[in-house]
Amino acid sequence: MASIKYSNCYINDYYTIAGPMEKNGQIKTYDETLDDYYFGEKTFENAEIKMQKSSIKNILIRNRLEKSNIDLAVGGDLFDQIAITSKAFENTEIPFLGTYSACATFVENLLIACNMLSTRYIKKTLVVTSSHNLTAEKQFRYPIEYGAVKYKANTFTATGAACALVSNDISKIKVESSTIGKIINMGIKDVNNMGAVMAPAAANTIITHLKETKRTIDYYDVVLTGDLGEVGVKILKEYLEVNHNIKMKNHMDAGENIYNKEQDINSGASGPISLPLVLFNKVLKNKKYKKILLVATGSLHTPTLINQKNSIGAIAHAVSLEVI
Amino acid sequence: MNKKEYKKLVDKYTPKEDKLKNALISFIVGGLIGLIGEFFIEILIKCYSFEREIASIWLCLTLILFGSLSTALSFFDDWVSKIKMGLILPTTGFSHSITSAALDYKKDGVISLGSNFFKLAGSVILYGIISAFFLSLLGVIIYG
Repeated sequence: MASIKYSNCYINDYYTIAGPMEKNGQIKTYDETLDDYYFGEKTFENAEIKMQKSSIKNILIRNRLEKSNIDLAVGGDLFDQIAITSKAFENTEIPFLGTYSACATFVENLLIACNMLSTRYIKKTLVVTSSHNLTAEKQFRYPIEYGAVKYKANTFTATGAACALVSNDISKIKVESSTIGKIINMGIKDVNNMGAVMAPAAANTIITHLKETKRTIDYYDVVLTGDLGEVGVKILKEYLEVNHNIKMKNHMDAGENIYNKEQDINSGASGPISLPLVLFNKVLKNKKYKKILLVATGSLHTPTLINQKNSIGAIAHAVSLEVI
Repeated sequence: MNKKEYKKLVDKYTPKEDKLKNALISFIVGGLIGLIGEFFIEILIKCYSFEREIASIWLCLTLILFGSLSTALSFFDDWVSKIKMGLILPTTGFSHSITSAALDYKKDGVISLGSNFFKLAGSVILYGIISAFFLSLLGVIIYG
C-alpha cells in the first residue's frame, strides 16, 4: 500500500509569488509578483532565495504566527543540493526537512508534512517550494543568454515561490489522502520532451491511487497534473485509455494554465512551482471543484547522466484534497 | 505497454519540427550575412584601400563585436530562436557562446568565470584544432 489517509490535516493558508512572465500570463491573482528576474538582488540565485523568504515571512505575518510556533518546514527546489531552500531557512530556528523530486517537490512536501501531522507530535508545518527560470535554465540547459534552439515539445521553467501553512487546525481545505509514487522509466532519453518522460509516472500513480482508495476517476471534480505540458497531457490521456481503459474528462494541467498563447512558450510551464501557482490561484478559487486530485510529476535527471546516454526516470506523487 | 509501443505513442504526439522551413530560413539569413560581409570587405578595399586579407580580418572582428554586444544586450538569443542556425554559423555564434557563458558566471568570481568561459566554445576550439591538424596533414600528403 502506498496510499495513506489523513483525518487531521488542513491547508490553512498559502502565499504565492510569481515571476515577470507569469505576471503577464493567464492568472492575475498572485499575492506578489516580480517586475524583473533579479527581485532587487544581485544574482538570480539570491532572487530565488528572497522569493522563498518573502513567502514564508508573509505567511507568518498574515496568520500572526511566530517562527517558534512552526514545528516543521518541508521544502525543496531545483537548484544544486537544494541550496536555495536551505538558504531560505538559515537561522530561522524552524526545524527543516529538505526534499528533492524535481517538479513533484511541492506535492511530496505536502505529503511528508501531512504524515508528520498525523503523528500528532507535530502540529503546524510550512510547505515551501520555488523555481526560477534562469537558475534552472543555467543548471539544466545552456547559459541564459545562449540562443539554443527551442523545440516544440520543450517546456519553460516557471518562476515563483509558494508557501503553504498546513496544520491540525480545521480549515476549508482538507488533505484527505495521498499516494506515494514509484519511479518509472519508459526508456525516453529526450531531455527536450519532459512530458513524454513523466506521463507514464503520472499514469502509474493515478492508477495506484484509484485502486487503493477504491475510487473511479470520476470521483474527482478535477485531476490537476503538474507540468506535463501540451505534449505530455495528450500522451497521458491516450496511455490511460489504452492501458487502463480510463477516460480522463475532468483534467487540468498546471503547465498549460500559466502562460498565454501569445507568450510563445512551446509546450507549457514546468518546474515545481507550476502546480502550486495554479492550485492556489485557479483551482481553489473555483468553487466548482470540491474533490481535487493533485498529481505532481518530476523528471529525475541530471545533465551528467544525460550526457552519458542514460534514459530518464520520472516520479509522480498524488495528494487528494477536499474543499469543505 | 512496453517501451517500444510507448515510443510509438510518444512519436505520435510529439510535434514535428519544420526542418525544411528552418533550413530555408537559415540558408537565407546566413547568405544575407555573407552578402553584407562581402559588401563590407569591398567597401574597405575600395574606399580605404585595405588589402583583401586585412579587410577579411576586420570583417571577422566586426561580426564578433556584433555577436558579443547583441548577446550582452540580451536580444541575440531571441533572434536565434526565430532565425535559427543562419545567425549562429558566421563567427557570431562563437562570440555569442563565449559571451553568454561569461554573463552567466560573472558573479561567481574570477576563477569560476575563467573555467566556465569556454563552456560551449571549448568544443569548437578543440575539435576545430584537431580537424585543422588532420586536414592540413591530408593537404601535405596530397599536394606535397
